[in-house]
Amino acid sequence: MATNTLTNHDTHAHDGHEHHDTGATTVFGFWIYLMSDLLIFGTLFATYAVLIPGVAGGPSGKDIFELPFVLWETALLLLSSFTYGMCVLAMNSGRVGQMKSWLLITFLLGAGFIGMELYEFHHLIVEGFGPDRSAFLSGFFALVGTHGLHVTFGLIWILVMLIQLSQKGITPVTRRRVLCLSLFWHFLDIVWICVFSFVYLMGAL
Amino acid sequence: MSDHATHHDDGAHGSVKSYVTGLILSIILTAIPFWAVMAGDFSTLATVGVIVVTALLQVLVQLVMFMHLNGKAEGGWNLISFVFTAAIVVIIIGGSLWIMYHLHLSMMQG
Repeated sequence: MATNTLTNHDTHAHDGHEHHDTGATTVFGFWIYLMSDLLIFGTLFATYAVLIPGVAGGPSGKDIFELPFVLWETALLLLSSFTYGMCVLAMNSGRVGQMKSWLLITFLLGAGFIGMELYEFHHLIVEGFGPDRSAFLSGFFALVGTHGLHVTFGLIWILVMLIQLSQKGITPVTRRRVLCLSLFWHFLDIVWICVFSFVYLMGAL
Repeated sequence: MSDHATHHDDGAHGSVKSYVTGLILSIILTAIPFWAVMAGDFSTLATVGVIVVTALLQVLVQLVMFMHLNGKAEGGWNLISFVFTAAIVVIIIGGSLWIMYHLHLSMMQG
């Protein structure tokens, strides 16, 4: 690791304890965090899969999942993953204005996704199909809700980056943070692939 | 600053081409399983097969095209830590399903 990551040439932009570290080591550390997050989602998927038969006389996935709705949610999140990629490319060519535009578009797409998810949860709870209705619904809300919570924190992070980019521009520090957020955001899209495939599509069969 | 990414591997590589390719492949790999479930006239087993295969392919596409996972960054440690974590996840999910399925069967017989 240390052999190829610590070629430090950003000597002009050091603040405090970070002087021995270019972005790469931090980004790798963030990757390790994402792997631990993957374990959380793995256990939530396992819990959900085990609890699928436990409908307690209530609805099963087939009764409550609306696939066209999920398809739109998927489209929003997938597009937001792409627009975030465009933001990183704009950063690589040093265009801070473009970066902020792509970040804003990513935020709006992500917010649209969360809005749709909140609508779905609200709709289910109003109909009496909340997480307290059955083991199946507990597992469903825990898994999909945890993903939604992650996306919500990602949205907050995007807002913070918009502010920091306005104040500081592209520095090694903001660059590192944008790269960590990019891993986080793409990671959430990958988790969503598993959610729509194994929860919604298989549940609707 | 602009030549930053070419000097060391902080995960910032990637091009318009790789992101557009990733997006198009993702759209195709999303459309296929949704179509198979909503409009396709296949057996349940075949539909499950389509869902699993397209999901795994899309995860792979996004890992490579969007997250730039490869065997070279960080001396391969990105990839190794991912493979390790993925193995644990497969054991957790597969093991849980396996055990609970057999527990369920035993209880039905009892």
